[in-house]
Amino acid sequence: MSLPLAPKPAIRRFHQARWDEPVIFELSTPGERGVLVPAVEPGVRDAVGDVLAELPAGLRRAAPPALPEMAQMRVLKHYLRLSQENLGADLNVDIGQGTCTMKYSPKINDQLVATPQLTAMHPLQDPADAQGVLEIVWRLERMLAEISGMDEVSLQTQGGSAAIWANIAMIRAYHEANGEGEQRREVITTIFSHPSNAAAAKAAGYEVVTIHPDADGYPDLAALKAALSPRTAAIMVTNPEDTGIYNPAITEWVDAAHAVGALASYDQANANGILGITRARDAGFDVCHFNLHKTFSTPHGCGGPGSGANAVSAALAPFLPGPRIVRIGEGDDARFEVQGAGPQSIGTVAPFFGVVPNLVRAYAWIMALGAEGLLAAAETAVLNNNYLLAKVLEIPGASAPYASGRRRIEQVRYSWQELYEETGITSEEIGVRMSDFGMHYWTSHHPYVVPQPFTLEPTESYSKAELDEYVAALAEVAREARETPEIVRTAPHRQSVHHTHHDDLDDPARWAVTWRAYLRKYPEVAARLAGEPESTADASAA
Amino acid sequence: MLGLVVNPVAGVGGPAGLGGSDGAAAQASAAERGAQPRAGERARLALELVHEAIGGPLEVLTAAGPMGEDAVRAAGLVPRIVVRPGAATSPADTVAAADALVAAGATLVLFAGGDGTARDVARGLDAVGAGGGARVAALGIPAGVKMYSPVFAVSPRAAGALAAAWLDGGLPVEEREVLDLDEDALRLGRVEPRLHAAMPVPVRRGRTQARKAATPASEAAAVSAAVDGVLRLLRPGVRYLLGPGGTTAELARRLGLPKTRLGVDVVLDGRLLRAAASESELLDEIAAGPARAVVSIIGGQGFLLGRGNQQLSARVLRALGEEPLLVVAPEQKLVELGGRPLLVDTGDPAVDRALAGFVRVVTGPGTSSISPVNAPDAEASSASRTEGEGHAP
Repeated sequence: MSLPLAPKPAIRRFHQARWDEPVIFELSTPGERGVLVPAVEPGVRDAVGDVLAELPAGLRRAAPPALPEMAQMRVLKHYLRLSQENLGADLNVDIGQGTCTMKYSPKINDQLVATPQLTAMHPLQDPADAQGVLEIVWRLERMLAEISGMDEVSLQTQGGSAAIWANIAMIRAYHEANGEGEQRREVITTIFSHPSNAAAAKAAGYEVVTIHPDADGYPDLAALKAALSPRTAAIMVTNPEDTGIYNPAITEWVDAAHAVGALASYDQANANGILGITRARDAGFDVCHFNLHKTFSTPHGCGGPGSGANAVSAALAPFLPGPRIVRIGEGDDARFEVQGAGPQSIGTVAPFFGVVPNLVRAYAWIMALGAEGLLAAAETAVLNNNYLLAKVLEIPGASAPYASGRRRIEQVRYSWQELYEETGITSEEIGVRMSDFGMHYWTSHHPYVVPQPFTLEPTESYSKAELDEYVAALAEVAREARETPEIVRTAPHRQSVHHTHHDDLDDPARWAVTWRAYLRKYPEVAARLAGEPESTADASAA
Repeated sequence: MLGLVVNPVAGVGGPAGLGGSDGAAAQASAAERGAQPRAGERARLALELVHEAIGGPLEVLTAAGPMGEDAVRAAGLVPRIVVRPGAATSPADTVAAADALVAAGATLVLFAGGDGTARDVARGLDAVGAGGGARVAALGIPAGVKMYSPVFAVSPRAAGALAAAWLDGGLPVEEREVLDLDEDALRLGRVEPRLHAAMPVPVRRGRTQARKAATPASEAAAVSAAVDGVLRLLRPGVRYLLGPGGTTAELARRLGLPKTRLGVDVVLDGRLLRAAASESELLDEIAAGPARAVVSIIGGQGFLLGRGNQQLSARVLRALGEEPLLVVAPEQKLVELGGRPLLVDTGDPAVDRALAGFVRVVTGPGTSSISPVNAPDAEASSASRTEGEGHAP
């Protein structure tokens, strides 16, 4: 006889841990130590002498750094507790951060990059002793050249926006080299392209012209043609756009740009729906970039450093960032060397060779899948997305504006506008409530072109059961919005923290990203920690 | 405190097919056709949400009977009567009620009605006229036939949610336009919204949880950025004809000049040459030297010309020559058009056709957007939306 097991509820009764954990500086106890470093043995001291005497005076601290003083076990507990107050990518059904391409980052690849063969390397090591890792970087460049159809690749940038910056910097260098730098002062983008394209172009000194979609959500070719002129330096576009809609006239876009002498730059940060299906160069693009931490499975910025890859046509190759890794010779005699940036290069955009651990992870991911595996990843991501689309549209109040009745590529920007009109509950409020079910949720870049937006991207990593679970939670929150709106409006209820105040994060006078800034901007806190009476705090605040 | 005024006859002309409810004749006609008032019911829906959110009895300043008291009671809240209108209510009662609500201490005036009601409330709040400035914030509960003014919540419950948030600790406000159509003209087939006033409306900014993108700039910051973009484009020796609207008013303010709220003012090299110029005065100015009109988008329909700025007539546009317009608007205004084109209606099909196509809209310093322009009253306006007809600044 066996005891009956209670069935698990259809929707998880998730509850985030709440430790009320102080900031680590508040946990410090003067004199407490994690490691007691033994005194130097007399023989060693006599042999080495005073090592500090070798340091220039300007590099010596007048006083020890004000670091927290804690024993190892307390440090361990502190960070474990903080980790429990997180909704990590390895914990939740992370399809709610559309455009982020939150796919599984295989753990075996973490083990690979944790081996001494990599961790013991130094970027200034003699290349003769680093042939293995140099070969990996070089081979990954060739793979990405093949995937994009481009001629040359640089893996130096450390994130997506840095890669976009490198794109526009190369475009600027190209026009300057052709004597058209003064003439070409405008960059054209679309409002559903990643905003870093507009931002990078602006930062590079260009005027930015934005194209809005037509009524069906497709990039407006006629508007592009009206915007193009001999002043245009480049078009910088994402495709498919954030809506998951693929621009069917993309070759006409590129041709129109080329017709006025402009270059075409393709934001392929997220190429997850088109791997092995389309290639940037085949559509005529001159330059593109990938985010290895999106399409190629390496961890995202907050879970590890990001990594960008810039791929260019032969015409733009001289402008790639450097140093570059080059292969000398063929076959078994081949060796790899580090070559400084060329005379036309935009120069160094990051130290050394980029984020090498992520280059190794991406290399391992591609090698594990093979060409047919990359295609299968893209096809599965698109299939997952369109299954999710059909399920979300079954929820009353949810819609997918634009391209009605058409399928999408790898993500969809949905809208809760109908639900909002019915209940007054906003998409942001729904997102906060979703965290009560242990799910991430993201609205949209600004401006909100789609009203009450939310953006989901399931990638190839999630199972049908997980997609169903996410949709069930969404449907539950939509039901609550109608039947018990106060629960949604006052959410979160099962989270580590309640609301943060927008303005504290937006106001330079109030935000504090370091402990020192926190004490400076909140003198009442500093006074309390110092054990001073409150009146003193008021006085110091004044 | 919350104030409420209901226009009991708002919306009766809609179902009756009268295109609006302004005027005693239209209201009588609607009654004959069996129209039922619905504004009180929509006000109740909004207040019920306030009741749910507050979770207890709440006193609401209001007018007696159908002008507010009934809806407050129906929603389970407590009315405090500040004004008692007569049996048959009129626009003057709405004006008086809005005025009384402010006098009694309301910080947010909710009103149930349409554009006509918004106009009367704006008058009661002293928001009408060139020098007007509303005394408190207002928010429309959509209950009218015409609601072109961006002062309405998207639904009664959305209005209630905003009001509850207002009571819960306040919301930022943004200046929004009060527009109204001339209903007599509308019944003759002409859509002619006019800009009557601007008043502060509470807006809800997002709450922060998944913070991946920057917070949207406030409307004031977006307008300011768009104006920065225009300031960089102004050239010496050129007369700028500043059309009506909040964005051009901000431009004048940044130039250190006064601006008539509803007029077209002429500026040259940082000096104000004429305020509230007429068509013939504008033609005189254009004859005196190079000139360009600076216009923004009027209301939610996307009119650039022909609504609220009729002084910028076809004759004026012709006189301005090849590049007549410098268009400026915050990006959000274009977004709110939802892919619909900007509209021009100067009354002269040839001029409208020349303007149709695409226009570059300055949205910030060094940023612009390309927007389609249609001329609905010009023949073959859709055919004119072809490439190469942009008139970029």
